[in-house]
Amino acid sequence: MSPLIGPANFNFFGFFPAAILSVLIPVVGVALFTYIMARRIAPLVRAAPDNRFDNIPERLKNLFFVWLAQIRQPRYMVAGVLHIVIFAGFLVLSIRSTSLVIIGISSDFVLPGFDGVIGDIYNFFKDYAATGVLIACIIAAVRRGVVRPARYDVPAKYGKDHTAEAVFVLGVISTLMISESLFEATELAAEMQHTGHAEFIAPLSLVWIFRGMVSGFAQSTLQGLHIVMYYIHDLTFFFFLCFLPMGKHFHVITSIFNVFFMRVKKGNIKPVVHGVSEDELDNLESLGVKKLEDFTWKHMLDFYSCADCGRCSDQCPANAVGRPLSPRFITIKARDLIFRNYPIKSGAIYKSKMLVEDIYSEDEIWSCTTCGACEQECPLGIEYIDKMVDLRRGMVDEGMVPQTLQKPLKALEKRGNPYGIMEKKRADWSTDKEFAAECSVKVLEKGETADTLFFVDSITSFDDNIKTIAQNTAKILTRAGVDFGILGKAEKDSGNEVLRFGEEMLFQDLKSQNTEAILESEVKQIVTADPHAYNALKNDYKDLPPVKHVSQVITEKIKSGALALKAAQEPESVYVYHDPCYLGRHNGVYEDPREALDAIKNLNRVELEKSRDRSFCCGGGGLMLFYEPEEETRMGVLRVQMAAEAGATVIVTACPFCLVNIQDAIKVAGKEGEMRAIDFTELIVQHMA
Amino acid sequence: MEILVCVKRVPDTAENEFQLNSAGNDLDRDDLVYSVNEWDNYAVEEAIQIVDKVGGNVTVVTVGDSESEEVLRREMAMGANNGILLSDDAFEGSDGKGIATILKGEVLKGKYDLILTGAQADAAAGQVGGMLAAMLDLPYASLVNKIEVESDTTIKVGREIEGGNQEMNEVDLPCVLSIQTGINEPRYVGIRGIRKVAQVEIPVKDAAALGIDPSSVGDAGAKVKRVDYFVPELGAGAEMLEGSTDEIIAQLIERIKSKGGLA
Repeated sequence: MSPLIGPANFNFFGFFPAAILSVLIPVVGVALFTYIMARRIAPLVRAAPDNRFDNIPERLKNLFFVWLAQIRQPRYMVAGVLHIVIFAGFLVLSIRSTSLVIIGISSDFVLPGFDGVIGDIYNFFKDYAATGVLIACIIAAVRRGVVRPARYDVPAKYGKDHTAEAVFVLGVISTLMISESLFEATELAAEMQHTGHAEFIAPLSLVWIFRGMVSGFAQSTLQGLHIVMYYIHDLTFFFFLCFLPMGKHFHVITSIFNVFFMRVKKGNIKPVVHGVSEDELDNLESLGVKKLEDFTWKHMLDFYSCADCGRCSDQCPANAVGRPLSPRFITIKARDLIFRNYPIKSGAIYKSKMLVEDIYSEDEIWSCTTCGACEQECPLGIEYIDKMVDLRRGMVDEGMVPQTLQKPLKALEKRGNPYGIMEKKRADWSTDKEFAAECSVKVLEKGETADTLFFVDSITSFDDNIKTIAQNTAKILTRAGVDFGILGKAEKDSGNEVLRFGEEMLFQDLKSQNTEAILESEVKQIVTADPHAYNALKNDYKDLPPVKHVSQVITEKIKSGALALKAAQEPESVYVYHDPCYLGRHNGVYEDPREALDAIKNLNRVELEKSRDRSFCCGGGGLMLFYEPEEETRMGVLRVQMAAEAGATVIVTACPFCLVNIQDAIKVAGKEGEMRAIDFTELIVQHMA
Repeated sequence: MEILVCVKRVPDTAENEFQLNSAGNDLDRDDLVYSVNEWDNYAVEEAIQIVDKVGGNVTVVTVGDSESEEVLRREMAMGANNGILLSDDAFEGSDGKGIATILKGEVLKGKYDLILTGAQADAAAGQVGGMLAAMLDLPYASLVNKIEVESDTTIKVGREIEGGNQEMNEVDLPCVLSIQTGINEPRYVGIRGIRKVAQVEIPVKDAAALGIDPSSVGDAGAKVKRVDYFVPELGAGAEMLEGSTDEIIAQLIERIKSKGGLA
């Protein structure tokens, strides 16, 4: 039995019951918090619909790994470990904080089940939790305030520095930890003085240290500290609760929901409006996101949930080359706008203007290559690609499309390819004299059939330099004994970028023409050498035969023995494989191309530091080749420099756009002669036994 | 301000490979794709921007057959309020003067403050705007690259002069202007936009409706007739390099080097 009087029975100045405060603080705190949350939910209610109640098992998996296990945090080791400590500490201490609120009313309150051994074990861990959180907060504050990692910087055009808020909150959390521990330590010290023996508590924990520090204090001092610490904790706790929805610490509340509702499928693009079918799009008054409330409720929740950690922008290739895009500020600017348009104080709702003009610029939105590095990184499951596409849909609907993109879009509309070359020339690569002498390619028309369709797509069909990828793919398929054919002039651009650049109706047109042609050909599977086509056919089209990237077919055929490779022709060269975004990150094909390369004996292969799901975009494909961004350097040039640092002399790509961009970048970087780029299929053809 | 923009449906230069037909008197028009004449598209964008600023209506008009309706719809999807198709068998084979005569018929039927044409179209004659102005006895400025609305009765018009100099003129309304590319950045028109105006009624007017004597236009009224159409013989000094792109570049560099153009 403690000799100290708890807050429930304590009287200030001998007559004012502290319990009144113990009731008042939570009541006012919760009421205020409820009001604030109601205001914060208001824009979500007015937002566009979003279907996020599907795939529940997947969502629970994300909740477990991404939220509870914080699996994405250690990708940035120091900050990640600090966060895990604070997060785990919060989870553990949430029980303690809840029971503390009730202890203010009823001194002997113990949470049901916590009165025995479980309670002792819990106390042991929660003491370490508080200690860990305090230490993590101190280190984090030093990092934010002194070390200042570059990714936390706020460029002048995006407003004021955010350090003050971050450090302030770390201070608030530290206050909670210290006051909670001191509240307990004073009681334990008094008890020790009273009974003469020290109860076992977690050694070296905050409470343990504090008990030692205050053990010599007079009983009255301990009593005062005990009560003061309780109310400091109580006030800070409810202040913190109401402060959370005011800024980046809202994620403490929203993260569990945001992660549960995060993207579960990869590579696809959200429908224009959830619940509106493709046939009904013509009836929509307006298309895409133009005003704040055109975003879906999940996308608004994303804005609320951003912790301002800067990982997205740190990984963003557009940001790296100085394009006017930083994904972090796509979110922060939208959140600031929500806060402005739905102010807490007045309860008013202000009308939102066209976002691209008000808070975003056109170039900012066109700068994204949809590589997905930001989404892969975000520990909170915030998404960007769908927002970019929605904003572009809005711009396209308003006619706000740069002239450089209007030409290829019009050509796609008229000719089914961005170059405006006549449809009948689409299969010309297959009738090149030299190639045709070696390999013959069936065109699946006039009753001609095949098991497998080789979907070539536009750049591989028409680009003089890239059509070798088509020819090499055909050679490999022939050698591996695959019965394949092409669609010829019936094939249209897959439209991967048409969709991602916001020209929804044009994409629908291309999709239905291709779908009809593919189904008519009655093939059993589809193979393509273009990851963008692979992605579109696999994730954006419906009801097609299974689609494979040529690297998957090659690896299969090597394993089955249908395709034999000889030893490396240039054992002195150092090869590095560059993961194309639309093969790797968007579709999870990382190992097949590597296995195929490693099947070439004595081939010397190194890895880039940024590889697999952290691969760095080459500059983007499809329509992105036509866009002229403002930038300081090219993404490809940075990528070539990374390959040089890895000691590579040959960059192996598995995507026609990567090949174009990397080949150009080698020239721009002045590394011609030292380095070259080669497509994966070319390398395989060179090594076919 | 009531603005009339005269537009034309032409083979699209970006999406076609042009070859002569077997008769050798025109392009081989099989497999061609058509769109609105580029200069006209700039003129429509300019008209829309003026109306956005000062109010009024943009009407697009074209002379052609029923297929020409598609360019009117495209320009209406951009934001033009009305479209008018001037179509009559008698209009076929019109020369520049014939086209100007037909357009004059429409201008007189309406009440327009400003009439815009593209500086030129596929025939590269650049004559219709000037002729139309003369026939209507209206002021005319050609190759306009800037328009500022001054008042209900005057506008300021800019033109680029030889050597990159800029000239500004005050012109009384109503007037006729031929518009140069680059005056603005025309907005994008997507498939959705075109579908939205797919059902809008586009009036078709024939010679009788316009009050035009059929013998003054078309083949009958044409005083200029194309008598030949060919790709010129390669003259001395012009030579086509052959081979793949890389080979052509290598040859070109070799030649420039040999003439001392590259060290």
